[in-house]
Amino acid sequence: MQLQAGLELKLVYFLAVSALLFGIGIYGVLTRRHLVHILLSVELVLNAVLINLVAFNAFITPGKMTGQMFAIFIIVVAACEVGVGLAIILSVYRRRKTVDVDNINILKW
Amino acid sequence: MTQIVWFIPVIPFAGFVISLLLGKKYANIASRISTIFLGICVLLSFYAVYLVYSKGTFSVETTWYLTGKFSIDMGLLADGLSAMMLVVVSVVSFLVHLYSIGYMHGDTRFGLFFVYLQLFSASMLGMVLASNYLQMYIFWELVGLCSYLLIGFWYEKQSASDAAKKAFLTTRIGDVGMMIGILLIFLNTGTLAFGKIFGFVEEGAISPAIVTASSILLFCGAVGKSSQFPLHVWLPDAMEGPTPVSALIHAATMVAAGVYLVGRSFPLFAASPQAMLTVAIVGVFTAVFAASIAVVQTDIKKILAYSTISQLGYMIFALGLGAYVAGMFHLMTHAFFKALLFLGSGSVIHATGTQEIGEMGGLAKKMKTTTWTFVTGALSLSGFPLLAGFWSKDEILGFAFDKGRYVFFAIGAFTAFLTAFYMFRLVFVVFAGKQSHASEHAHESPKTMTIPLVILAVLAIVAGYVGAPFVSGSYSIGEFIRNGMHIEHLEFNYIPMVISVVVALSGILLAYLMYGRKSVPTDWLYRFVKPYYRVLKNKYYMDEIYSRAIIRPGIKFANLVNWFDKNVIDGFINLIGRLTVLISKGVHLFDLGVVDGFVNWTATETYNSGKRLRKLQTGNVSAYAIVMFAVFAVYIIYLIIRSRF
Repeated sequence: MQLQAGLELKLVYFLAVSALLFGIGIYGVLTRRHLVHILLSVELVLNAVLINLVAFNAFITPGKMTGQMFAIFIIVVAACEVGVGLAIILSVYRRRKTVDVDNINILKW
Repeated sequence: MTQIVWFIPVIPFAGFVISLLLGKKYANIASRISTIFLGICVLLSFYAVYLVYSKGTFSVETTWYLTGKFSIDMGLLADGLSAMMLVVVSVVSFLVHLYSIGYMHGDTRFGLFFVYLQLFSASMLGMVLASNYLQMYIFWELVGLCSYLLIGFWYEKQSASDAAKKAFLTTRIGDVGMMIGILLIFLNTGTLAFGKIFGFVEEGAISPAIVTASSILLFCGAVGKSSQFPLHVWLPDAMEGPTPVSALIHAATMVAAGVYLVGRSFPLFAASPQAMLTVAIVGVFTAVFAASIAVVQTDIKKILAYSTISQLGYMIFALGLGAYVAGMFHLMTHAFFKALLFLGSGSVIHATGTQEIGEMGGLAKKMKTTTWTFVTGALSLSGFPLLAGFWSKDEILGFAFDKGRYVFFAIGAFTAFLTAFYMFRLVFVVFAGKQSHASEHAHESPKTMTIPLVILAVLAIVAGYVGAPFVSGSYSIGEFIRNGMHIEHLEFNYIPMVISVVVALSGILLAYLMYGRKSVPTDWLYRFVKPYYRVLKNKYYMDEIYSRAIIRPGIKFANLVNWFDKNVIDGFINLIGRLTVLISKGVHLFDLGVVDGFVNWTATETYNSGKRLRKLQTGNVSAYAIVMFAVFAVYIIYLIIRSRF
């Protein structure tokens, strides 16, 4: 895809961005202590996947719209998931009076 | 009508069963029934004689067992010899049954006695009607069994049961030889029937060696059963049995079975001069041997026992010389007068309560019938002229003399002298002279005991006339029992007759001088006899010899084998047993240690691993997430690598 002189857009660039975002998101899921932070990181992962999909759609199969349709699905699912996730976090907070992951560990041996 | 002959052994057998069933309670009835049955047999036997006399020999055969090319037949043979034996056996048996009713009265096992007597009579009658060796052997053994049962009738007495065993074992030794002889005949002729075998012998189809061997082996059976040297030792001991038993079995019939065997097998024996010589030598030796022992015995029954052995020796020796008629004739007369003598002695024993002649004396006054019948018997046995014994014994001696066998004749004559001597020694000591202490209470026996005595006395006189030299042709017993055999005929000679009469009378005279009148001339005789007295009294120490030479080594060997069995064999078995226990203990340990250990280890390990694995459940959500992600990442990498290679 040629936009301006001297600079060409390759698929690799988009995949790299996507991977980077994905990595940051996973790092956040695994490391953060605050439940809401984990939720945000999960959103990040989803968005990274989104970019991946659209990129592929644009470069590999420009004719079809499959990737873009899938992307819209993911946006919808992500929205529902956030809603449910927040509901769970609220209920956990009410029960345990904390939002620190490290403290929610009674399901152990 | 000839069929009726086979009833003769069956009737006493039925009596045997009936008497068994009647048991102790009805023993008296059983005894009368048994006697009547034997009476019927007597009549049938005489009828059988008539049948054979008028119609000749008849026989019945039926195949019993067929195997390959051998067939064993069972049958009935009735010829002159069997008919004569039937009469002898049934008459004596009948009289003994009658006598026993009185003699065995009050005995605790009265009924059983008649049971045994019936079985014996059935067996003996069956034997003389047998048509082949196997059948004869079956009855031979049965008769031996009955002898054992009857000798040991009063088995509470140790000596009686010992005597019964001795009788059975000793005759068994002879029976082994006989069995081998029968087998030999069977192997060489393929048959056991008398007629066929003798046919082969006549044709010369059997080799002389086999004829001799089988004759001598069969003779072994006769040596045992008829109590010849060296298997004679059982007969004197057999006197432990009740006197009627001694009369029937050990005087008249069973012991005659051996003689009957040789007589029946005469064509076989006659074909072998060596066998005949053996038979004659054994017979004449036994005759003089036993007579010499009888001279010094003091027990009335033992004297008669040795006398029986001696007379059987006469019969055997007659057969050995070829005097078939004389031998069998003597069997018949001997049966009558010996049974008479035994029953008479039973009467005496019953009256005085003792068997020692030293304790008896002067019984003539108290027991008239017994005395005169006994004396008649003694005279007949001694060969007093005109009595039955005279005719038969004289024929034997005459035969020996006539055929030039002077040595045999001399020994036979000397034995006759001894016979007359010891019999009249017995007569004079027991019946004549002063009454002893025991004789004081003596009284004559009841009729059931004296009637048989009288009948037998009459027979002891007249039974000889069927064989007297002046009776010939169809009336003579010689013709009757010849069966078409080629028997050497006797030339009538006065010399042996005179010698035997002289010998008999001098024996009686000597006995009279020594024991009747107690004259002094006996002194020099005593001095002559003294050194030999102990030997004779102890029966030439035969029992002691057998004990040392055969019985004790036998017992030692048995002990040795017993030791071996107990220690070696049982030890081995015990060893195996102990090993098994040891092994089982080891297996148990294994089971405990290894198997159970393994099972326990499994359980422990499961528990321990559970303990360890538990620790994974930290409850830490982040940790879970990390693990999930890490595994997933590894998987992706793996897929990438795989798709590249």
